[in-house]
This record gives sequence, structure tokens and C-alpha cells, in this order.
Amino acid sequence: MIGAIRSVLRAGFSLIERPFERLFTPQLNPLAQLGALGFFFFWIVAVSGIYLFIFFDTGIDRAYQSVEHMTHDYWLHAGIMRSFHRYASDLMVVMVGVHLLREFSLDHYRGVRWFSWITGLPIIWLLYASGITGYWLVWDKLAQYVAIVSSELLDWLPIFGEPIARNFISTGTLTSRFFSLMVFMHVAVPLFLLFVMWIHILHISRPKMNPPRTLALLSLSALLAVSIWKPALSQGPADLAKVPAEVGLDWFYLPLYPLTDIWGNGAVWAFLGAFSLMIGLMPWLPPLRRAKAAQIDLEHCNGCARCAEDCPYEAIRMVRRTDDLPFPTQAEVNPSLCVSCGICVGACPSSTPFRRSEDLKTGIDLPEYSLKELRERVIAAAATLTKPGRVLVLACEHGAAAGRLDGTVVMPCVAMMPPSLIDFVLSRDLADGVVVAGCSESACYNRLGIRWTEQRLAGQRDPYLRARVPRDRIATIWASALEVTRAHSAIAAFAAYIAGLPPLRLRSPLPVSPMSRAARTPEAAELKGDS
Amino acid sequence: MKRGLRLAGQFVVIGALFAGVAWLSDRPVYRKIPEGSAMMMLTFVHGADRKGECRRLSPEEIARLAPNMRRVQDCPRVRRSLYVELDIDGRRVYSADLKPTGIAGDGPSRVYQRFVMPAGKYDVAVRMRDTARAEGFDHERRGTVDFAPSQMFVIDYRPESGEFIFR
Repeated sequence: MIGAIRSVLRAGFSLIERPFERLFTPQLNPLAQLGALGFFFFWIVAVSGIYLFIFFDTGIDRAYQSVEHMTHDYWLHAGIMRSFHRYASDLMVVMVGVHLLREFSLDHYRGVRWFSWITGLPIIWLLYASGITGYWLVWDKLAQYVAIVSSELLDWLPIFGEPIARNFISTGTLTSRFFSLMVFMHVAVPLFLLFVMWIHILHISRPKMNPPRTLALLSLSALLAVSIWKPALSQGPADLAKVPAEVGLDWFYLPLYPLTDIWGNGAVWAFLGAFSLMIGLMPWLPPLRRAKAAQIDLEHCNGCARCAEDCPYEAIRMVRRTDDLPFPTQAEVNPSLCVSCGICVGACPSSTPFRRSEDLKTGIDLPEYSLKELRERVIAAAATLTKPGRVLVLACEHGAAAGRLDGTVVMPCVAMMPPSLIDFVLSRDLADGVVVAGCSESACYNRLGIRWTEQRLAGQRDPYLRARVPRDRIATIWASALEVTRAHSAIAAFAAYIAGLPPLRLRSPLPVSPMSRAARTPEAAELKGDS
Repeated sequence: MKRGLRLAGQFVVIGALFAGVAWLSDRPVYRKIPEGSAMMMLTFVHGADRKGECRRLSPEEIARLAPNMRRVQDCPRVRRSLYVELDIDGRRVYSADLKPTGIAGDGPSRVYQRFVMPAGKYDVAVRMRDTARAEGFDHERRGTVDFAPSQMFVIDYRPESGEFIFR
């Protein structure tokens, strides 16, 4: 059931991600920046809130008057800031909501990701508490409505001796001190929210807390345009002698408020409780089957820290050396954080398929899918390539090419592939070209797999792909599991292109493989200079 | 040129999304009560009498108590339920036994009830029993109220003066 909902959502997101990627480029795609945009809008709300506080006056009459004053008399700065404050807080709700749905659709909430998922729940509660306390401060008709419904909801809980809602049903029961309390709440709750947001990203390596500058500037400009087009306004002063009969609701913060009239307060609490419980239990419904965590082989680890640097889950740290080898540090894996994506294997300088050792070893390896096994699968898959334009596909198990049968080697993440594996394939004449097929660029399952792979292939990140490897023999395809047709067409087009190229003359640093064509034709072996 | 067009396109898409968010920040409007209606609230907090009378402790009972806990009388804490009725134009719209609050049942009873009704004139009668009596009422108030549209009319009870307030 949950899997079916996830698939439908993923299909929906894929539908809109592709056009967004085309318009914005994968780097600026807002759908891939939802968390960062959430932080961005939080800061806009914080800065605009501090500015508005300069003009705000606490008091039953003065609160409304001061908000009106800033909205109309100083509309150019304070009025626009008010609109920024409201719309950015609404946008933060949108970002949080879509972020939650998207992470769910990508199955980014189970396994080691349970921590970020669970800590997202208090963020939702605190975000709503921040917004709702803010609406009280304006003390217009909407504020009166929010005050009455919120206090009726709280009164349903058996906590308060006297109904709080009684304070908002007739004049003379409310004092100005109430506004001082609300200002305190409206400052304290967002501060606590920020603290929980920090906890939320604690287990994430290189969390995106700031959107790319262009996207930030575009968002700011659009926010300014919308604030001028439709400034945030009050809805007339609160009058406790009258029912706030008709109010313009903020449907992002207050969608449940009308339900208190339809369902009743108890049912709304039950809904909120069920929602929170469901979010809390989801990482274990069912739990993610986890492969065994990566393991360090100290004999092959020189403590270079590349694996720790590249791990997207902060699962590896460098510790003092425990053996006699002359290096100050060694890598240590925290199995409770490791998802066995293999990115560390691809990062390790010892991970080279050219190694002559009988039992191919590397500094860090996956017990259930070792580098040795990867090399064997590559050689076996290459042996199935017979047609001209032999293209070997190295595919991510979450991407579009994962379901291919012929000439394809699937791995947990394409960044598990050390760049030297491509060198190995081409120099040993196992294939004429290599396709690296990962997930969609905006939705990398292991967050940093695509980024690291691109940087390694471009020679910008250790371990580099050797300069001698011809780049025209390598293609990268980033496509989600739902874009199979597009990926297969791209692979077929690349194979056709490769078929048109002259034979590759790449000198291998090692004796030629008995599996390769070169080994079978003495002439070719001589040409390559292999011994 | 191409970059400028792309930027313009990005701005239009983001602007349209933000405009949609801004629109939903106060539209569509929500009507809490039907047009031309008013609301009557019956709400107060009041503790009924305690269930039992205070009893004078015997010297032996006092001696059995810890020195710092000794007292002359033993007064049961538990309160009675309040019984409340509300009639509008002679029709019973509300009647309830309101249990005392608190884990020990020693807190005041409370009521918070809303009645939405078309604007107009109504005869309102509210009655309450807060003692051990089985029949009749300890407090009562009747009156004719003219409700204006959207008016909030509150029926409260002031324990200090022991009377219902219409406001």
C-alpha cells in the first residue's frame, strides 16, 4: 500500500521534474532545492520579522493600529516587509510540505534516514505554532477567529482549568499583557524551530542550507513583485462583541480550522495525532532491508580520508591509527549510519581493478558487493557484447538503466565505480565505450553520487579518471527509473556513435586480459604494446 | 540573449507559483456562521457545593494524624455536579450535568457551548442548580434578547454575585 502511494507520487514528481530541469537546469531546479529554499524562506521571515518588530506596538488597540500604520503609511518598506513576512512563511510551509512528499516518494525516509525524517515532524509542529502565533499579533478579524478556534482546540485537552477561549468572546476580558505573551511566543517558537532545523540536518553530510545564488535572487525578486502586486493586508479590527463571521483564511497555516466546525475539536486532535503517529512510524513500515555496512581493510588503508570526505551520510570518520603502518589516521565506519551505497569504495585510491593481487582488495569495501565482484561482473557483462559499437553500461540500481540485461552492470550507486574501472574496461578492450547511467540529476538516491561521479570523470575530484582515457568513449545518462525509454534511446544512440569511431588504441598499463579481444588477436596485442 | 530569455522564463514560473501562494494566503474566504446569523455562548466556570458536610474529628482521630497534618475538621473535597438548563423561546436547547474538573473531582465545573441562530428577538431562560437540592434551581435568569447579525451574545455567571450575566 505504502509502496503503491510512493510509486504514484514518484511518477508525479518525475513528470514535473523533467520540465523544471529543462527550464532551470538541474543545478537550479527548485524541486531539488526544497530544503535549502525552506532555510532561505526562514531567514527572510526572520529578517522581515525583526524589521516589523521595530514598528509593532503591543496592546489591544495599539497592535492593530501599529500594523495598519506600517502597512499603509510606510508601505514602501514596512508594508513590503509585512508581505515578505507573510508570503515567505507561507512559502516555507509549501517547501516543507513538498519536501516531505518528495523525500517520501524517493524512499528517503527509511534505514539510516529515519533520523532526518523523524526530526522533520517537530519542525512541522513548530512551523505551524510559529505561524499561528503570528496571526494572533495582528489582532484583526482573522486574528480573533484564530484566537477563538486555537483556544477552543487547546481547551479540548484536559490541561487548563478554565477555558482559555472565554478570554476572546467578550470585551473587557483581554489585557494588553496578552500581546506581550504572544510576542514572546512568536519569537521563542521560531528560535526553537531553528534549533530543530539544525538537528534535522545533523546526520547529513554537506546539507544544502542555501539555494544557489541565482535561484535565491529569482525568489527574492518574485517575492518583491508579488508583495507589490498583492500586499498583505489586515481584515478589519477585532471586535469581541461580534463573531468573525467571514474571514480570509491562510489555507497554508489554517486548513484544519474550518474542520473544527465540521468534525469537532476531538476529531481534529485525533487527525493530528494519527498524522504524527503515522509519520513517526513510517521509517519502520516496513523497515528498509540494509546490506552489510562497508568495512575497512587496514592493510590497504593509508588514511587519506577521501572516503570520509565523500560519504553522504557522515558514516565514516578518521580516527587514530590502530596498527603499525606509518600513517597517522585510519577510516572507521559507523554501521548504524552506513547505507552501503559504495561511494566510499569509488573514492578509495586503492580501489583499482588493475591491481594484480590474486584476491582484489581495497581499503574500504562492501561485504555483500565487493570491488572484486564488481570487476568480475564487468568482465562477464563485457563478454556478452558482440555487436559493433560495444557499449558497457555501468548503472545505478535506482536509475533508468537498472533493468537492462545485456552488457549492464548494476551497482548501488554509480559513484561506487572507481574511475579507473572505465580505464580498465577501455584499455583492456572489454568494450568500445562506457555509459555511466545514474538516477535523475535532481533526485540522486544517494544525494551526492552524481556530483562525485561527474567531478571524478572531469578530473576535479580524487580519484581522477586518467587523462589518457578518451572522453568521447564515455557517456553519462542521468534518468529516473521512470525514464527507461529515454535512457535506452540515449544508450542506443551512443552505441551507434561508438560503432562509427575507429578502433581504440589505448595502451593498458597491465598485461592484457585473457577475456579481451586483443588477447585473442596477436596483431592487436602487439599494436597495443601489451606484454 | 538566450540566458536572458531563460532567466525571464524562470522568473515567470517562480512568480506564478508565488502569486498562487499569495492568493491562497487569504482566499477563498471562509464563512463561520451563515449570513444574517448571530451566536449565543453559554459559558462560565463555577464550583458547586461539596458533596459532604465537614465533620469534626474526635481527639483520637486528631492524635492519629502526623503532628504537622493535624486539623480539627475533615472536609470532603469532592464537589457536586452542576445542573444547567437553557431554553430559547420556551424550547430546551441545552441541559447538562456538569461534572467537577480535577483528578480529585474538587475543581469547578465548566461549560462552553455555542448556539448559532438567525438574527432576531428571542426569549432566553437559563437555570442552574449547584446545591444538594433535588428539585428547583438555585439561580435563574430570563430575558428577551434582540440579536443583530454577527452579534456575539454571552451568557455568563458571576459566582461573586451569584447571578447570570447577559452581555
